[in-house]
Amino acid sequence: MSASVIEAKGVNLVFQTGDGPVQALKDVNLSVGKGEFVSFIGPSGCGKTTFLRAIAALEHPTSGILTVNGMTPDEARRKRAYGYVFQAAGLYPWRTIAKNISLPLEIMGFSKEEQVSRVERVLELVELSGFGKKFPWQLSGGMQQRASIARALAFDADILLMDEPFGALDEIVRDRLNEELLKLWNRTGKTICFVTHSIPEAVYLSTKIVVMSPRPGRITDVIDSPLPRERPLDIRDTKAFIDIAHRVREGLRAGHSDE
Amino acid sequence: MGPVLGVLAVIVALWYGAAVWLNAAWTYDQAARDGGTVTVSLLLSDTMDQERPVLPPPHQVVGELWKGLTAFNVTSKKSLVYHGYVTLVSTFSGFLLGSLLGVLLAVGIVQSRTMELGMMPWAVISQTIPVVAIAPMIVVLSNSLGFGDHLGVSNALVSKTIIAAYLSYFPVLVGMIKGLRSPDQMQLDQLKTYSASEVQGFFKLRLPSSVPYLFTSLKVGIAASLVGAIVGELPTGAIEGLGARMLIGSQFGSPIIVWAALFAATILAGVLILIVRVLETVVTKRMGVRA
Repeated sequence: MSASVIEAKGVNLVFQTGDGPVQALKDVNLSVGKGEFVSFIGPSGCGKTTFLRAIAALEHPTSGILTVNGMTPDEARRKRAYGYVFQAAGLYPWRTIAKNISLPLEIMGFSKEEQVSRVERVLELVELSGFGKKFPWQLSGGMQQRASIARALAFDADILLMDEPFGALDEIVRDRLNEELLKLWNRTGKTICFVTHSIPEAVYLSTKIVVMSPRPGRITDVIDSPLPRERPLDIRDTKAFIDIAHRVREGLRAGHSDE
Repeated sequence: MGPVLGVLAVIVALWYGAAVWLNAAWTYDQAARDGGTVTVSLLLSDTMDQERPVLPPPHQVVGELWKGLTAFNVTSKKSLVYHGYVTLVSTFSGFLLGSLLGVLLAVGIVQSRTMELGMMPWAVISQTIPVVAIAPMIVVLSNSLGFGDHLGVSNALVSKTIIAAYLSYFPVLVGMIKGLRSPDQMQLDQLKTYSASEVQGFFKLRLPSSVPYLFTSLKVGIAASLVGAIVGELPTGAIEGLGARMLIGSQFGSPIIVWAALFAATILAGVLILIVRVLETVVTKRMGVRA
């Protein structure tokens, strides 16, 4: 791995709530290298989404140092360092798929021609060529989520932040999209941070798995996956895969000893 | 269609029954004066055909309405088309003014907390004042200030416009506030990840999101405008408009005229709401809503 693109040193994040302070992240240290595929896994409340949001400058650490491409998250955002994919596709129903993908491009002030060519390119990347003129309701849930990934890719950010992007989809669609996401990652060389609830998904996709646990949200284990970059779906039946899945499960259980 | 016609049939039947019941007193009085007796057939025929019935039966109202719509030249003061047109003009001008005001206020209130704290209570209070109380004052003020003379229109139109706008801005304001605030946190976060400005967020997300809410409010607003326009015609001693017809009908003790004007207003309201609905269909279709 070459230089790290995301660097967290002693990151703490405390939310002030009506019931007093809640420690969402406690002493998080992590380094994500360029081109890595990092999954964050853990039960609800473990801070995995909060950490992703902190990288995106949607939340701000109360202490510690967090850098993205060597900058503060806020600067990194202004430099268009990352594309963010939310759990829901969040496409605007009044815009066609192509227009939805142009949305960030319009906001960032790309020229009309540039917008058209970029939309064309990312639609192809997520295998939605020819669907640009459709409206979101004319597409299945899986296709909508692919369109939202295309939207996050449209402005050439090097980092893709994904917050349970396939959480609302059924198993079969999810498998397909996982396969396609790996292909896309291989082709584009992006750095991907991926939040998930699913152990098989985390193990199948990642080069690095970050296991987290709640109260306070913290990292309990970081597993560097020995799996090769080329991963057919049936890699999930191999011993190596099952061993990592086991270690992840153990890590989750250890962090959950109070229940 | 079946259920609608069924309900209509029941209403008409009840109406006829009520007409016989309420108009019977006059028939009995007449008979007592003439020393005659009231048979069932006399009761039924007389209550259907009085000159000043307490409750005119449907066919009398429809007859008067039909006469008002078709029997006269549309520019004649006797034509309901003419009076309907007069009311329509002030309904539209009030609706446009009120909707514009409602939308602009909503934008201000959604964008600025100070504006919300400063304006919202007044907007709510404005709606607690009965329109019949404030209408005469608006009429008097419009006449003495003479805005109409500057604008080249009648002062009556100005006062009716203001009253209609006064009633219609509120539903538009409330609907637009809700609409402009309808985008969820995820959508707002998403725009943040693009470093979108407040203005971009407004035009790309908030405004389009508010369109369905806007049309719902516009339908309420245009009906309220019509009420405002009619109320604005009542206290002025106005001689034109459906409100004036109602006033004349009641002053001359002719309920048939009042009812015919009432029905004309109802038809007008239906047409107005239909217009908004057509506009809504056109706009939402262009916005890609499922047909």
